[in-house]
Parts: sequence; C-alpha cells; structure tokens
Amino acid sequence: MTIARNPQLDPDGKLVHLLTLEGLPAETIVSILDTAAPFASIGEREVKKVPLMRGKAVFNLFFESSTRTRTTFEIAAKRLSADVINLNIGASSTSKGETLLDTIDNLVAMNADMFVVRHAQSGAAHLIASHLHATGKPHVHVVNAGDGRHGHPTQGLLDLYTIRHYKRDFRALSVAIVGDVLHSRVARSLIHGLTTLGTPDVRVIGPKTLLPTRVEGLGVHVHHDMREGLAGCDVVVMLRLQSERMKGALLPSSGEYFKHYGLTADKLARAKPDAIVMHPGPMNRGVEIDSPVADGERSVILPQVTFGIAVRMAVMSMIAGA
Amino acid sequence: MRIEIRGGRVVDPASRTDRTATVCIEDGRIVAVGAAPEGFRADRTIAASGLVVAPGLVDLNARLREPGLEHKATLDSELRAAVAGGVTRLACPPDTDPPLDEPGLVEMLRERARHARRAHVHPVGALTVGLAGTTLTEMGELADAGCIAYSQGDVPLADTQVMLRAMQYAATFGHRVWLRPHDAHLTRGGVAHDGEIATRLGLPAVPSCAETVALGTILALARETGVRLHLQRLSTAEGVAMVREAKRSGMAVTAEVAAHHLHLCDMDIGWFDAQARLDPPLRGTRDRAALRAGLADGTIDVVSSDHAPVDDDAKLVPFGEAEPGATGLELLLSLTLKWGAEDGIGLADALARVTVSPAAVLGVDAGVIGVGAAADLCVFDPAVHWRVERRALASQGRNTPFLGHELPGRVRYTLVGGLVVHEA
Repeated sequence: MTIARNPQLDPDGKLVHLLTLEGLPAETIVSILDTAAPFASIGEREVKKVPLMRGKAVFNLFFESSTRTRTTFEIAAKRLSADVINLNIGASSTSKGETLLDTIDNLVAMNADMFVVRHAQSGAAHLIASHLHATGKPHVHVVNAGDGRHGHPTQGLLDLYTIRHYKRDFRALSVAIVGDVLHSRVARSLIHGLTTLGTPDVRVIGPKTLLPTRVEGLGVHVHHDMREGLAGCDVVVMLRLQSERMKGALLPSSGEYFKHYGLTADKLARAKPDAIVMHPGPMNRGVEIDSPVADGERSVILPQVTFGIAVRMAVMSMIAGA
Repeated sequence: MRIEIRGGRVVDPASRTDRTATVCIEDGRIVAVGAAPEGFRADRTIAASGLVVAPGLVDLNARLREPGLEHKATLDSELRAAVAGGVTRLACPPDTDPPLDEPGLVEMLRERARHARRAHVHPVGALTVGLAGTTLTEMGELADAGCIAYSQGDVPLADTQVMLRAMQYAATFGHRVWLRPHDAHLTRGGVAHDGEIATRLGLPAVPSCAETVALGTILALARETGVRLHLQRLSTAEGVAMVREAKRSGMAVTAEVAAHHLHLCDMDIGWFDAQARLDPPLRGTRDRAALRAGLADGTIDVVSSDHAPVDDDAKLVPFGEAEPGATGLELLLSLTLKWGAEDGIGLADALARVTVSPAAVLGVDAGVIGVGAAADLCVFDPAVHWRVERRALASQGRNTPFLGHELPGRVRYTLVGGLVVHEA
C-alpha cells in the first residue's frame, strides 16, 4: 500500500488522525496544547464530564499490553462522554490467526468512530489509517497510542504540555533526554515536538548501544557523559529502561547503567537550579532514577499523568470534530 | 518455422554490434544477421522498425516459488512473467519448500519448466542440506540433475568452517558457488538500513557491516580455496569497494546488484510502505550511487531482477512484519535501461549487464545474437514509457515499490528457441 503523503492531515491541513508529531505544523501542536488547558480543570470538578463526544464509540485497541496509557485514554474518552470499548487483542483474535486489518474491518462493521491503537510494530497506526482511507472509511479516526519504537504522539504532547506549564517559552530551553533512545517512541515523539516548537537545544544522553545511528539527524546534540550532558539544562526527561536490554548485550547490568545514567541528586545538580525532572512512567527506581529525585520537589512526574488526560481529551475531541 | 525480424536496431553487446539489420531464424537458430540467405522464405515476418532487437535477457535471481510456495506464485505464472519481461533464461535460487537439495526435486522442476515452453530455467542447488548450514549437499548428483551453481538462497551461512569446506569441496569439482554476503548475527531482527530513515521511523536496523563482515569472510575463504565465486545482491558502498579491491588484486570473482537497488533508497520507505521492505534493505543515497558507479566500471558484472513474488496479505501488515521482496522479472529491462540512460551508459553496454555478462556467470553459451546462436531474443520499443500497475503485471506477485512509476522500454516480442512466446 503506497502512502504518498502525511496521512494524518486532510487536504485542508486539518487533523483527522494523530499518528506522529513529525510533520505536524507548530500551530497544530500549539492548538492542541491550548485546547487541553481548559480540560485540565474538568478533573477537579464534581461532575467530570463534557458532552463533546456523546454517542461516539471509541475502541481502545491494545495489541501490546499497557495499563497506564490505556487507562488514561479510557478516562479521557469517558470525560468526553464517549462510549469506550477496551480490547486487549494480544490475548484474542490475532492469536487465532486474524490479521490486524481483518480486526479493524470487523470493528468498523460494529460502527467504531475512533481507534486508539497500541502495537509493537512501528508504523501499525499508519497502516490502519491508510487502510481506512483505502476502504472508504475516512470518517473513522486513528490515534496512535504507541507504535513500536516509532512514535507515541500523545505522550509527546503531554510532555510538551508539562514543559510549557512549568517553563513557558520553548525557544529559550535546553532539554536533555536520557537513556534508551534507541527503543523509545517517547523520545522520538518528544524530539519532533520540541524541534517543531523551536527548542534550540535538545540533547540525548546515553551509551552508544542505546542511541540510534545518526540520531543527530533529528536535530539533537549527542552526549555520552551524563554530567556533561545535563550541564545547564532546564528540563531532564528520563526514559524507562526495559529489563530485557541486558539480554541483547546492550548493557552489562542495571547496576552499571545506574552508575553512568541513573539520575541522582548529585547529577541533577549539574542542571539549572530550577530544572524539572520528567519520566513517562512506569519508573524503575534505582535503575534510571533514584527515589529521592523521583519524589523530590523538582519532579513533575505525577503532574505529567494528570496533564496526560487533558491532552488526550483535547486530541480526541479535536479529531472527532474534524 | 522460419521467422524474419525485419528492420530492427540489432544490439548485440558481445560482438559490439549496433546497427539496423534483419535477423533470420530457422529451426530455433539464427541463420543470418543482415541480408536474408538466398531462398529464405519466412513463415512469419516481424516488422521491427523503430524497435531494438536484443539478446533475450538472462536473470540470475528469480524465485519461481515452486515447489511448495504456490500460494505466492507458480512456475506457470512466473515463466509467463519472465517472457513478458524479455527474460529468456533464468536461474532460480534453492529457497523453495523443500529447498532444492535433492536431484529429484531439481529434475522435476526442470521437467515442468521444459513443459511450460517459455524461458529456460537453471536451478541453483542448495549448498547445504535444507539450507541449514551444517551438511553438504550431493553437488555432483545435483549437477547431473541440472544445477549450474550452489547457494544458500537468503539463508546466511553462519558456520565459517562449513563455508570453508563447502568451497573446498565445490572447488575440487569446479562447481560454482553463489553467495549473498550477509552476516547471520548482524542482520538479526533488522528490517531497514541503519541510517537516518530507520532512526526516524523507529525501525530495527541492518547495518552496512552486516554485508562487509560477511563479504570479508567469503572473499578470504574464496581466496583460500580458489572456488568459482559469484557474489549476489550487493547493497552497500563499502561492499562495492571491497569487491573492486578484490578484482584489482586479480581475484576471479563476479558480482551482482538487484535492479531495485539501482534506483531506490531508504527514503522510498516513505511512511512505512511495505512494498519497500526488501532484503537486503534499501540503503542510503551514497550506497545507491556507489552501486551505480560499480556497475558502470565493471566492479559489478550483472543486474538481476531479485524477483520475489509475495502474496498481497504478506504486505498488508506493519512494515516490520511484511515479507521482504518485490516482483521483478517484468521490470528488469526497464530498470536497466533507465540506469543506462540516466548515467550515460550506451545501450549495448547497459544491455550487456543483463545478457552476455550473466550468461558468462551461468557458464552457458547464451545472451548473444549471431549466426548459429539460439534464437532467444527480446524485441523491445525503447521509446515507450509504461506505467507499472498491478493489472499490467503477469507475475502472480503484484508487489513492487515501483507501482505507479513510469519506466522506459516495453517488450514487444520475446522469442525462445525460435518461437514467439510473448507478444504485446
């Protein structure tokens, strides 16, 4: 299937799917963040609902297990008054031999309005979106909730929202992303978002085994020494280190990783005094981040989770209204 | 049957012929190039004015998918595709199911191919039993059954001791060994070239050293054993440089590039287009330039189609799960002409890479136009461009990254053994 153009925008440049932050105009990203702002207060109300997606059927399609992301999408859709159907496909049809696109066709036949998709393969959300287009179902929307190593655009947006909340102007910031960039869809999405919004200094920090080839091409500076890489930065984003990375000869041990790339108070002291600490969760305490830092006053890890619901509400309502 | 091909531009790379002439055919052989022999009465005359009369193309790497993989393609469909593309002779790799590691399988395949009466088929036998890389096949028996070379298909041979011994054994009897350089470990899990595109798209990568590490091993063992070596489907600039150096040092080795690697690079993956999932992967623009230069300067001898028909379902999945490969028999001529035209290579020199040069690698007397030669011919219109579309393809595999592209050169007539087996 040939996908000639960025398939998440309609001919008028309006967002119809959210597949990646790459190639999204800065105005679109800012407009999502602006839309999210009023939603952030809905969670504090007694009645936590708005009727923007009443009667719409949102299918959470998780081909790869996830608790946190699926839950926040579910909460976001419910606060928009949508009907939410959760499917953990990992345990159902594909194990019976049904293909990804057969599954999609069946759910479209059940009158799905939106798919929130998590899949272990990079490009899975693009494939679904182009299939819907090819089969004459362009009114069914796709939100990428993580595809392989490629993208996790709503995470990227909630990270941007968080940074904007605490730091305001992207054009004056140094942001350091630390850890397993190679396998991280979170890092890729955040890098695209930051560079699109004009962040002049985005750094990635990690050992050569965990940084992808020519990552500089994404517009980042590469550091292998964490202390050097954190010097003077405004935002520190720690990435999760999966325990299976020790098996593929990428790292010798979690202990040695922590020694070089774990965020401790000592290393954080190299950043600006008001630098914030972020993490997409779930955290491995003592592997990529030290508990006192994770729970410290500069950590904004829990606000990220709260903002995540508002950002997902913004994305879903904007796309559904398209 | 007597056929006269009148007034075409006869291009024979082997004899450096390029002139307007009439070709006369009788009993499957060319009896004249130029004026018709006295008393020659054609049963059929083909008006070839404005057309190029070239030797039939010889393709060193076309998967016919028989036996065992008929859901992807059949001998019948793919030999139809071959002659539609002007290919009159092809070698098929042993990666069938079961692999071509027994004489009976090879005999059956050849018999069925003969029965189809289209292109000549030369099976390449498995170098190791089941392509498993542990036990040598009965190369002598396989040669008697019709195998012209031995290869591992697309399965890397990880055990270097087995590789050494396979080459020693093959060299003992003068058997040809064809190997594709790709390291078993460095290719593990990878689906795209290790560069900016794979980094951006988050695709597991195959580094260039997956090719060069294997190439270093293969060249060292070939030097050691003196085996007749042909290298299949180079993909990297570094690999081309190594082969150039090996040839400069006097080593008798030949090399091949897949036609799609001359024109595409990793950027053509676009947004995860599974049609661009190929093996070896499409590499960077620098690699593509080096492959084209290597083909021009003779470092690379042959362009192959790397024909791999794949059923639609195997491509309608995420990029990393898609089956690698592209249908290629019907694009080989056009992609070679396009390379020649773009890089200022003369028509005869461009056609040499898909006719006389691959015939020499095969070790058969073919790919030439001359009195007494078999009348295996490709008559094409060089001025016409055609659009690659699913319905324009005879192959059962409709999978190609060139869908929608306009390509130069359209085959009008294909003759095998003096018979017209395709006309359009």
